Amino acid sequence: MKKCILDLRVRALERISEKHVLIRLTGEEPLPEMLPGQFVEVRVDGSPTTFLRRPISINFVDRQQNELWLMVAMVGDGTRRLGSLKEGDLLNCVLPLGNSFSMPSSPDEKVLLVGGGVGVAPLLYLGAMLHQKGVKPTFLLGGRSAKDLLELELFEQYGRVCVTTEDGTMGEKGFVVHHSVLGETFDRICTCGPTPMMKAVARYANERQIACEASLENLMACGLGACLCCVEKTTEGNLCVCKEGPVFNIKRLLWQI
Amino acid sequence: MADLSVKIGALSLKNPVMTASGTFGYGLEFQDFIPLDGLGGIIVKGTTLHPREGNDYPRMAETASGMLNCVGLQNKGVDYFCEHIYPLIKDIDTNMIVNVSGSSPENYAECAARIDALEQIPAIELNISCPNVRDGGMAFGVTCAGAESVVRAVRERYHKTLIVKLSPNVTDIAEIARACEASGADSVSLINTLMGMAIDVEHRRPLLSIGTGGLSGPCIKPVALRMVWQVARAVKIPVVGLGGIANATDAIEFFMAGASAIEIGTANFIDPAVTIKVRDGISQWLDAHGCQSIHEIIGCL
Repeated sequence: MKKCILDLRVRALERISEKHVLIRLTGEEPLPEMLPGQFVEVRVDGSPTTFLRRPISINFVDRQQNELWLMVAMVGDGTRRLGSLKEGDLLNCVLPLGNSFSMPSSPDEKVLLVGGGVGVAPLLYLGAMLHQKGVKPTFLLGGRSAKDLLELELFEQYGRVCVTTEDGTMGEKGFVVHHSVLGETFDRICTCGPTPMMKAVARYANERQIACEASLENLMACGLGACLCCVEKTTEGNLCVCKEGPVFNIKRLLWQI
Repeated sequence: MADLSVKIGALSLKNPVMTASGTFGYGLEFQDFIPLDGLGGIIVKGTTLHPREGNDYPRMAETASGMLNCVGLQNKGVDYFCEHIYPLIKDIDTNMIVNVSGSSPENYAECAARIDALEQIPAIELNISCPNVRDGGMAFGVTCAGAESVVRAVRERYHKTLIVKLSPNVTDIAEIARACEASGADSVSLINTLMGMAIDVEHRRPLLSIGTGGLSGPCIKPVALRMVWQVARAVKIPVVGLGGIANATDAIEFFMAGASAIEIGTANFIDPAVTIKVRDGISQWLDAHGCQSIHEIIGCL
């Protein structure tokens, strides 16, 4: 897939939680092909302490509206700057980057998508693409509290949504790996979120011999596989998360699970 | 339009814009963004005689107007390069230059000799300045005797254009440059990264896995420019300037300080098309100032 550098226009910016914004971008031309799991390197202008681009996963691509959605967790100066963009502002993006989640071979596969925090972002687009292929995924989404759960109504369009919160304010109380839905059988799991959560999910998948892919978010510089900064130790040595990932089959990772 | 062609020893460059090793992969990573044959040269990732896994993650820390890295020369070794990568890049119509690193004069020379055999690699850049590996690298670049030992050993076995990349982490870089010139280098390139550090104050530990790393980006440009100016006055061989170049004006400063060509590194991460913009900006500047050739401004201070 050809990568490109585009100035995309902010069509809308919505605060979806205390710390998260949803930026809906559009371009004058039809947006390039993008796959679930891929990401965008966004240039942050007007933040003196932000030198590098910020890798942001693709939350959703709305072909009819020609929109690319990016969900941004405002954690530092750079991402806070992104959160203060205004409608009509231009955002310089390098996209699409990285690999993507694997698609099931049959629409009958039972697919579980497990996300936590801002890690739920790529699962919406993945869920939409699965839905389009006739697969009805189960989403298992976790947060500290009800207010940390993002885009729940959007996920519900594409499949069953199960929720856990650590404080019990919504869904089942506890972590995602404690949810009762895990008593069912699944053929495939895709996960994105905090590393401890993904490792717990990987352990669950491993014990049951379920195919499992995890999306990593190691610190990146170039996003293109050139600088070798974002490497993850794998069965094939150090691999760039930006190019060989961000999505890895858990069997390739050297996680102690 | 002004003539942008320059020579580095026997090597002819269609324009003076090259890419810095370790920031541009093997060039192919950037082919969606720019025509690679529009560059004067591409200096590919540091290559060693034997494969290296590099340092542990985390290898990168962002700084004000720059970044630190401690990648540590991760590469699959020269034989892998010759067999698997060279065939993919040999027909790119520009100077494909290999950055060579090592841990002893002998293995630098052996690595260089294997690349000497590759018809379409017209030059190497000898890295005696990597701050991120313990067993060699910068150790050779910080003393005249160390630099001489490596350059001499390589010169005996390498017959094409030999560029030596210098470390800024020294007291007198001009002295090291003169030692390289006396040992047979055709050119020197400078600067490699400046050694630096960043600390995670919440966890009270360094942000980089090995504690320190090499600083690059616009924050190092004034230091690089000063060193290029000093070295250009100290040696007769051509100087290749790099360090924080992000636009055509930066590049022109380096030419005026005495660089015959420049390399663009970290700026590729911010704008993957920056190299071609710099090339075009140099051309426009020369035209706007009535210069027929880039040579009119090289060392014009």
